[in-house]
Amino acid sequence: MRKTLVLIEHTQGQLRQTSLHALGAASELAAVEGGTTEALVMGHGVGAVVDALRSLGCARIWAVDHPQLADLTADRCADVIAQTVKATEPSFVLAAASTFSKDLLPRAAALLDAGMISDVVGLKKEGDETVFKRVQFAGNVISTVQLSGALKFLTIRPSAFPMANRNATQSEVQDFPWQPAANVTWTQVVSREERVEGRPDATEARIVVSGGRAFKNSEDFERVVGGLADALGAAVGSSRALVDAGITPNSLQIGQTGKVVAPELYIALGISGAIQHMAGMKDSKVIVAVNKDPDAPVFEAADYGLVADVYETIPEWTRRIKGS
Amino acid sequence: MKILVPIKRVPDYDTRIRVKPDGSGIVTEGVKFSMNPFDAIAVEEAIRIKERLPGAEITALSIGTEESVETLRVALAMGADRAIRVAIDADMDSLAIAKVLAAVYHREKPHMVLMGKQAIDDDSNQAGQMLAGLLGVPQATFVSKIEMGQDGATALCSRETDAGIEKVQVRMPAVITTDLRLNEPRYVSLPGIMKAKKKPVEELTPSALSVDCVSRTRVLSMEAPARRKAGLRVKSLDELIDRLKTEAKVL
Repeated sequence: MRKTLVLIEHTQGQLRQTSLHALGAASELAAVEGGTTEALVMGHGVGAVVDALRSLGCARIWAVDHPQLADLTADRCADVIAQTVKATEPSFVLAAASTFSKDLLPRAAALLDAGMISDVVGLKKEGDETVFKRVQFAGNVISTVQLSGALKFLTIRPSAFPMANRNATQSEVQDFPWQPAANVTWTQVVSREERVEGRPDATEARIVVSGGRAFKNSEDFERVVGGLADALGAAVGSSRALVDAGITPNSLQIGQTGKVVAPELYIALGISGAIQHMAGMKDSKVIVAVNKDPDAPVFEAADYGLVADVYETIPEWTRRIKGS
Repeated sequence: MKILVPIKRVPDYDTRIRVKPDGSGIVTEGVKFSMNPFDAIAVEEAIRIKERLPGAEITALSIGTEESVETLRVALAMGADRAIRVAIDADMDSLAIAKVLAAVYHREKPHMVLMGKQAIDDDSNQAGQMLAGLLGVPQATFVSKIEMGQDGATALCSRETDAGIEKVQVRMPAVITTDLRLNEPRYVSLPGIMKAKKKPVEELTPSALSVDCVSRTRVLSMEAPARRKAGLRVKSLDELIDRLKTEAKVL
């Protein structure tokens, strides 16, 4: 029986929405390959995350709850995955593409001598084989890739797969007894600087408001972009230019080397539309661009374009939402 | 202190990538190739560490065709001390590359491997993590700041994660992969280029390293993504808000 093991991601005791897309991708895989989906939750104190998973169609949930997993570093996590895979023998290990899974999944694949495909956006049966579509060259190329071996690793783009459906059946939960090696010095996490609370993550939000080179400093960015985002209950994003200039933190960067997002509404403010930025947002359902420059390339991909100064137009938009 | 810096020759960052009409790959004629930008950041960081820890030795390593020697010469001109090319002609996937890197690692016994977090052609973001796994050494990925400990035995690395910056302490030997904000690579100078000509470039083969470098992944075809159609230019904020509400129904 073919099995897919889905690596579940959580933050501050909450299941991440991107993992629901990973479970959705696993059911598409099961539809062409046959077989079942099992989930793997690692951490310390993961009870609430396991409960949140129980009605999502997994045949089984493996919980690895261990004090040494309070910090989910790649060396620890890859060891947990290797032990779980050896014991449960899945055909696929799958996770949503995020900095978390990008860090640890290739390491686990190497421990198990398994090949891996990153950033899968589609899959289908071709003859006897399942082939995968993935994005490369900064979103300029979609390649169709075959992966051989008894065990295969995949990361999927959350924006390319639907979330798993909830159903009435409760998944069986089983503890997996991870045996950490006795004489290992694990990587030590010294500190963590989390983003400003109260705003959703751009990969999970329904609306993303993003700012580019038009913004000259952090205060203006926060007032104009942050102001509209808060009025709309949206996430905030930024182009690479602003991150490079030190105006916005890296965790806001949308694009080839930053986050890839596909919200219902993407509002690009003062963004020129470099190909590396477009690679991170072009799958959004509706794209709005506001830019002073009528020739900005961003207008070529926008559903609605408005040639205007963001410093004047956007505070006005924010005032109207607040006034209504 | 020995630092090993794997680098890759890729189509230049500024090149417009086009897929061949038959879907067998990308058009390479007339395309400028350069060092992968993340790898240039790794070379730069190695040089900066050497500037603080005199006596350090930087070895640039590339796995590829004859042309990758040009890319190694750039690393030597920037300030690497020596170079190694492992000769291959066919494309290899990240796991196969990591196995070759591991074989060179065992031969060179460096204290640190510094490499780009991803190559901008393949965009896989796997090789560094796989290398660390094969070697059983610590890793710090997507690093935007490295603070070496006094004795060079540890490094405090700032990692760029989805949630923000995470600082980890890793014990050497370790694999560190670079993110964009780590540094701004220097331009090569004319004296640098002259010196680079005299620096050694060693040639190796996978068979001489006894590595099995069979790729598990195989690219069957390539295609250009569907282009988004340009939409409508609206005349005012009023029209924009109205259309988002009544036409697109997203507000």
